[in-house]
Amino acid sequence: MSEHAMNFMPSEGFRARAKDVVENPFLRQSFRGAMDFLINKRITQFPNADELETLRTLGEQIRQYNLGKLPSLLVQLEESLTRNGIKVHWAETPDEANAIILGICQKHSAKLMVKGKSMVSEEIELNHACAAVGIEAMESDMGEYIVQLAGEKPSHIIMPAIHKTKEEIARLFHEKVEGVDYTDNVDELIQIGRKVLREKFLVADIGLSGVNFAVAETGTLCLVENEGNGRLSTTAPPVHIAITGIEKIVEKLDHVPPLLSLLTRSATGQNISTYFNMISGPRKADEKDGPTEVHLVLLDNGRTQAYADEQLRKTLQCIRCGACMNHCPVYTRIGGHAYGTTYPGPIGKIISPHMLGLEATATMATASSLCGACGEVCPVKIPIPDLLMRLREESFSAPHANPAMVGQGAGYSGLMTSVWKGWAAVYRSPALYGMVTWLGSRFSWLMPSKQGPWTSVRVPLKPAPKRLRDMLKERQ
Amino acid sequence: MSARDRILAKLNAAPVLPKAAPEIADWYAAHRSAETTAEKSARFRGCIEFAHAEVYAVSNASWPQKLWEVLSAKQLEKLLVAPGTTHGQRAIDVLSESGIACRGYEQKIEDWKEEMFHDIPASLTIARSAIAETGTLVLWPDAHEPRLMSLVPPVHIVLLDASNIHNTFYEAMTAEGWADGLPTNALLISGPSKTADIQVTLAYGAHGPKELIVLLIGDEA
Repeated sequence: MSEHAMNFMPSEGFRARAKDVVENPFLRQSFRGAMDFLINKRITQFPNADELETLRTLGEQIRQYNLGKLPSLLVQLEESLTRNGIKVHWAETPDEANAIILGICQKHSAKLMVKGKSMVSEEIELNHACAAVGIEAMESDMGEYIVQLAGEKPSHIIMPAIHKTKEEIARLFHEKVEGVDYTDNVDELIQIGRKVLREKFLVADIGLSGVNFAVAETGTLCLVENEGNGRLSTTAPPVHIAITGIEKIVEKLDHVPPLLSLLTRSATGQNISTYFNMISGPRKADEKDGPTEVHLVLLDNGRTQAYADEQLRKTLQCIRCGACMNHCPVYTRIGGHAYGTTYPGPIGKIISPHMLGLEATATMATASSLCGACGEVCPVKIPIPDLLMRLREESFSAPHANPAMVGQGAGYSGLMTSVWKGWAAVYRSPALYGMVTWLGSRFSWLMPSKQGPWTSVRVPLKPAPKRLRDMLKERQ
Repeated sequence: MSARDRILAKLNAAPVLPKAAPEIADWYAAHRSAETTAEKSARFRGCIEFAHAEVYAVSNASWPQKLWEVLSAKQLEKLLVAPGTTHGQRAIDVLSESGIACRGYEQKIEDWKEEMFHDIPASLTIARSAIAETGTLVLWPDAHEPRLMSLVPPVHIVLLDASNIHNTFYEAMTAEGWADGLPTNALLISGPSKTADIQVTLAYGAHGPKELIVLLIGDEA
């Protein structure tokens, strides 16, 4: 969709990608329309402000309680899953996770993997890893399928193809799917996808999925979805591989209902999703279907770094509903691709620096007006604006020993820091302020005509010939 | 050191203050909704119909007749049933005289996957219980009534006893003691399969059943 390709340095090219979208009225309309729709759907699900507020507080408590016990819960989860016959794998990096998954595929001589929607599999770029060894990884969520056909990436974590119009999808299906005539009827388009993917579910060797909640006490993997592709991916193929970040864990089964309710209502404004799929083991000896092998890959990829710091740990409370991006004035205008990261929008800005390092993401936290909408709608009360401020501090402060984050100080500039120090000194001292403004009003002709990004779309800044205090003096 | 040990070591090294356990029971006690079976039944029905499921009020005696009517009206000539269950057997007994073929799920899926995906237009399963607040069916597939029955056939018909409807998901799992033992795959189903992935336009019949039909026992008007 963008001529400015994504790369592994999301900070680079961010402005250019954002500009592409801001100047494209069709994309602007797609995002604005979809976000308005989701905002309205969400609000109809929360008619009672008290219920919403107490439920959010409960959601926050559940997530913080479970994060507080994370290491022991991971061990408990591993024990429960193992007892249930599910094999647990641990990966510190995306490469390790891919190697584990490809290893399982190769053991089964797998040729085709069908994928339920999994943002963690996007995070590790699993499709590329599969392609490199000749395994076809086929996305089966309708949105993901469309995005994959187009050779793109999801632009929203819940609605991956939200940047595309039905006419674009109609052309895409006509061009890329054999024997399909052009139709922009949405029902017909969905039936085309259904038909193609049914044949894939029938013959796939491996089903891959994400996890919404992993329950430690029962050893259960929970999946939220509407289409049924998640259920098909986890039920039809002989082997199911689930992958999740280490933070998606709850101790008790009864922690699930409040989080599920918050998730579906905040994400798509549904009181519940069509399916909630709770997997506690592979097929038993007397059962007639279901995978005979189930695996879970637990991925770190920077999450332990966020965990180490009490404030940054709150990032891990996230249940991936996407409400923060739906309500974000920046996301709504620039869309998901501009960020150049797997997770876009406010959650992307606070989680990506842990995954990619601040060198690659130094300016991400500055793409915010700090309006606070993300924090207000977050179903588990992540203080996203505070975290954005913290990440700015981590990016732009002078490099120091024992930093909390990899890449701390990556955005540091001695000149910029001196300018702000000078600014602060001037504003702290009335005498100095008076002197500087006096000089400014006398020597305004010295101001350069090119003032960086400011003058790219605006006239140059020039101090007024008379200061406010001078004008007031004249009136007295 | 393995990846496991390194991840756990990093997590264990973090200074963490334990947080109090969340008061989930209290929250649900303070937000209690419908109480009687009739109220729960009406709420369940309203929600699941809103999600495009069809609901028919039946009695324990009349549901096979309604099943036949539904299948006939939709011109469905074959029904996948679980012969090892009482309701499956009843469906076989009643439908066998009516020209609608009953296909029993008797072999392992590997032996008839093609047929399941291409030649089964409808299925009948039972719901273990249901949730009024969200219009949700609870299915616990087992050896007799396997997982794919409620997923692959385009029309899914579900028997539900109205006396098994709970107010909330929380109430269902606590009243039924789920934490003490879950099946390999427990399912909450709240309508036919759907998607809004193309331009946020809602379309039914994405990958799972295109139609969901509930025969609600005990609610007969």
